Amino acid sequence: MSGIRGGAYIVGAYEHPERKITGSSVPQVLAEVVSGALADAGLSAEDVDGWFGSSEQPGLGGLSMLEYLGLTNVRHVEDTESGGASYPTHVGHATAAIMAGRCDVAVVAMGGLPRSLPPHRSVPGPEDPFETPYGISPVALYALAAARHMHEYGTTSAQLAEVKVAASLHAQHNPAALLRTPVTVDEVLDSPLIADPLHRLDCCVTTDGGGAVVVVSPAVAAQLPGHKVKVLGQAEAVKPAGAAVDATYTAAVWSGPRAFAEAGVKPGDVDYASIYDSFTITVLMLLEDLGFCAKGEGGRFVADGGLLAHTGKLAVNTDGGGLCNNHPDSRGGMVKIIEAVRQLRGTANPPVQLPDVQIALVQGIGKAIGSRHYSSTLLLGQEDS
Amino acid sequence: MSLLEEATLPVPKAPVTPGLEPFWAALAEGELKLPFSRVTGELVWYPRAADARGPADLEWRTAPGRGVVYSVTVVRRPAGEYRDSGPYALAYVTLEEGVRVLTHVIGIPPEDVRIGMPVRAVVAEGADGAVLLRFRPVEEGA
Repeated sequence: MSGIRGGAYIVGAYEHPERKITGSSVPQVLAEVVSGALADAGLSAEDVDGWFGSSEQPGLGGLSMLEYLGLTNVRHVEDTESGGASYPTHVGHATAAIMAGRCDVAVVAMGGLPRSLPPHRSVPGPEDPFETPYGISPVALYALAAARHMHEYGTTSAQLAEVKVAASLHAQHNPAALLRTPVTVDEVLDSPLIADPLHRLDCCVTTDGGGAVVVVSPAVAAQLPGHKVKVLGQAEAVKPAGAAVDATYTAAVWSGPRAFAEAGVKPGDVDYASIYDSFTITVLMLLEDLGFCAKGEGGRFVADGGLLAHTGKLAVNTDGGGLCNNHPDSRGGMVKIIEAVRQLRGTANPPVQLPDVQIALVQGIGKAIGSRHYSSTLLLGQEDS
Repeated sequence: MSLLEEATLPVPKAPVTPGLEPFWAALAEGELKLPFSRVTGELVWYPRAADARGPADLEWRTAPGRGVVYSVTVVRRPAGEYRDSGPYALAYVTLEEGVRVLTHVIGIPPEDVRIGMPVRAVVAEGADGAVLLRFRPVEEGA
């Protein structure tokens, strides 16, 4: 058998409850989310033998954090960086590592304090001389994708606004969400343009916080009393900007089909989807690229409440997503996993909890869809799925 | 004909990476030179001095700098060196050689730049001699 289907279970999850954190540090945030996820799983620090972190870990990455956290039994360490897509990728990699016998209890964790700490800088890339001098930013690069998508497919700003409206209608039921007030399409369109055609309310929030999940072997899972979420499949893909960027599709056109094939399911089987929502256009294009609708039909798919729990075509981001709930460290992939776990466990906020969720999808994106980026698609299911 | 003109927007200094000096030297002379691989015959964009096949054997060919706007956004909240410059048009321009470059379209109000608009290359020169490839709409009848 190839692939990771059923090779591990998510048995613990914890989302930091705060959105604006003062008097703390990134290691302290990581300590809180790791201890929270372990407590949720019914496991202890001594049980952890696998660690998956990303570039937001200060100091020497996993080396510094494992010492700080007192995780002394770790024998498999991975510090793979793929932006906001890192964490669904980590769940897939943790499952593969567990299947290879390299660890049995893996922790995937992230945390950040972007409201008070400056962005962590990297060494300039070889592309920088040809891009950075033009005053680029994430929102501008996503805007270039949105403008071209509108040009080719007739997507409208009102359709993009529907993504934010649905997020806000979900977030009103989330006591922890940063923005809990429902907004209308007109309110999105009346908010200031940041980078045409994207308005302020087309953009995700900036929040502190983080989260962690615990991924364990079937043998460990069998000894735990709590609800187990089965890992069904995961795939990642990289899309370079290339010599002539095509900004109308994302790397999910590659990661999506591979993850679906590994999981043995298709888009029509998905009961709930956490779709990366750095900006409204991100969700619209990912729905197309994952096969929930045809290319160019994303605008019509999201219109008229298409993403709402209970009444929409597909329930998306029932926690309010990055657009309203949180986007810790400007890397949304972890909280996307956690809301999918909640939907499978039946512990989402009651008004948005879906009945009988069998299959959930988590879609992460790292960096900018209008340029080079990562995609990671993760499929999760019930224990018997 | 030199493409050089006095900059209307800030010209942040781009780091010159080893092997790509001819690109920046040509711009400073008011010329656009594009790198073609002698190995594959293809235009290499963004320019790079090597890849997994080994060092690139680049031939720098002068290009006329004609293109068409592929996508455009108006950056309304300029930051960094553009902090005081006002909104500007950030665009992808498809050159007639087939590559798509990230750039600015200048010379008209940024909100008037349209996808599909024919544009021509200019080299913006800052007060300190820094240069940057930008584009202007092709004038009617030109």
